[in-house]
Amino acid sequence: MIDKSMNPFLPYPVKIDEIITETGDHSLKTFKLVFLNKEDEEKFTFIPGQFCELSIPGKGEIPIGIASSPTEKGYLLFTVQKMGVVSGYLHSMKPGDIMGVRGPLGNWYPWDKMEGKNIVIIGGGCAFSTLRSSIVYIRAPENRKKFKQVTAVYGARCLDLLLYCDKLDEWKAGDDIDMHVTVDAIKDEETWRPEWHCNVGFVPSIVKEKVTSPADSIVIICGPPAMLKFTMPVLKDVGFTPEQIYLSLENRMKCGIGMCGRCNVGGKLVCKDGPVFSLAELGELPNET
Amino acid sequence: MTTKSFTKDALIKAADGLRKSYRVFVPVKVGKFHEFKLFEDGDKPDFEYRKTRKSPKGLIFPQSERMLEYSIDEHKPDHHIMKESPKDYSPQVVFGIRPYDAMSFKVMDVNFDTEDYKDPWWIKRYAATTLVGICRNDLDSKMFATENFSGPYDIRGLDVALYDLGDKYIAKSLTEKGEKALAAMGGNDVSAAELAAIEKLTPDTNAPQAAPTDKIKEKVVNDLFDSTMWEDIANGCINCGACTFLCPTCWCFDIQDEIHKREGDRLRIWDSCMFPLYTLHASGHNPRGKKVQRVRNRFMHKIKYYLDKYEKGIMCVGCGRCVEACPVNIDIRRVCELMNNFTK
Repeated sequence: MIDKSMNPFLPYPVKIDEIITETGDHSLKTFKLVFLNKEDEEKFTFIPGQFCELSIPGKGEIPIGIASSPTEKGYLLFTVQKMGVVSGYLHSMKPGDIMGVRGPLGNWYPWDKMEGKNIVIIGGGCAFSTLRSSIVYIRAPENRKKFKQVTAVYGARCLDLLLYCDKLDEWKAGDDIDMHVTVDAIKDEETWRPEWHCNVGFVPSIVKEKVTSPADSIVIICGPPAMLKFTMPVLKDVGFTPEQIYLSLENRMKCGIGMCGRCNVGGKLVCKDGPVFSLAELGELPNET
Repeated sequence: MTTKSFTKDALIKAADGLRKSYRVFVPVKVGKFHEFKLFEDGDKPDFEYRKTRKSPKGLIFPQSERMLEYSIDEHKPDHHIMKESPKDYSPQVVFGIRPYDAMSFKVMDVNFDTEDYKDPWWIKRYAATTLVGICRNDLDSKMFATENFSGPYDIRGLDVALYDLGDKYIAKSLTEKGEKALAAMGGNDVSAAELAAIEKLTPDTNAPQAAPTDKIKEKVVNDLFDSTMWEDIANGCINCGACTFLCPTCWCFDIQDEIHKREGDRLRIWDSCMFPLYTLHASGHNPRGKKVQRVRNRFMHKIKYYLDKYEKGIMCVGCGRCVEACPVNIDIRRVCELMNNFTK
């Protein structure tokens, strides 16, 4: 949450330190941001699952999940798809440029409930960012012992669209999490090939194969609507209850602090009451996403 | 609590006198309609008015407000760094506000002053505002009573109540802010007969009737949401947004950046849930792309979500402006009734 002594609409000034083009089609870039003021950095404490409003003077703000982990100190990472006015402009910015970050905003994955449990992480496409944050956080030496077995399934349409390839190498090489990467298809024209085994298939079918027991487990899941639609029945068949499954939602936002009104789903505001909801909570909300 | 008596002429002079220590906003007739404006030399306040067309919510929550400012001129050392725009929070009085409009600020306050986040502009401006309101039996047929406004003598939102006794007003301070304003207004001492007269004031037979909302609390959100009644309610709606702009309790806003040469402002502007752009994602997806979805959201927010979340009644003071302004006669009182009587 934003420090209570602050005006919640006033962004922290940050500098773009590095821009990583994540995908072959250049549609997704990760922005590494560093705080201009040390004291702002100290005030900014977050939990994986939260998001920020990236604030570009003259263009506006966009709500983007924090892709870095609190265990990665000194910077914040945001992976942004080139889509609208603000994200389009952000993609044209360069290292050294000054912009703003407002946050951290929203709630987070249910870390208190996840402690001592098996963790299943399911992500698809560009929605993998806060799950990247979560995996890095879980794998940190001070945290890994808090969780039992960790299984992650991450899918993209093709190899060129896989995010965080340096991290995928690391996670696949390690034995502390059971990491499964999948793409819908491997195209001949794609020149890059990973050094590890990459599944071919949609996320729901890989989940069906790799996630076989709901016992003592929590699922955190974030992805495009089609992936969610077809993964939910798989999880249900395995035996997961709606209370064990947590999703991260998105909606158009402006204020990010529950005041401007537009991001509601029923009586809940995605920006403030969410973005993370259990499937059980969502079942009580109107179907208007 | 202090009471003072003013003849009708003296009340205008009292409002004028307050200009020494406050910015004073008064109702004046402009064309066919009344509106609140800053009391300046030559203005003729009309305290006999019934209702302003636009609610006075903009005096605390401006229709367009500069929030932050910045420079994008890279020659300046602080370029691209946002700062709060300087503001004037000198004390202001809304003189002659009607009690339902005064109450609307209390209805909206729960949105801007929360445990987690505080909107600094709303809070400072509300704190700097004294609401001096007129209580009179002249409410019109479009109005209705809600938990947040029971009738012409409901003074819960006011700092000073002005009771209209026909040839004079009896002013009663209700809060500390009101006490201070009334002390600056002057006025004559109140006689025992005058005091007795204001005690006897009761809503007349024309006073607004309550719209039925007593059973809405017990309804299940998803049952109401999935009801087919929304198609019928929304059928005529042309999504003009007049209801939301005139509503004294609608608080939704947009945030926009504007650049003039190399200097920029971040502005907050009233928005409306009636417009498709309000919820349109950058991807093109729109969770409320259809008219019926937007109309449903407006009424569900006002009459169900707000009620459930804050337990302070429905998000409405029954002013009837939306009823008057709607070009296709959508009537919130009928919607309350439909929701209240709804069975699955």
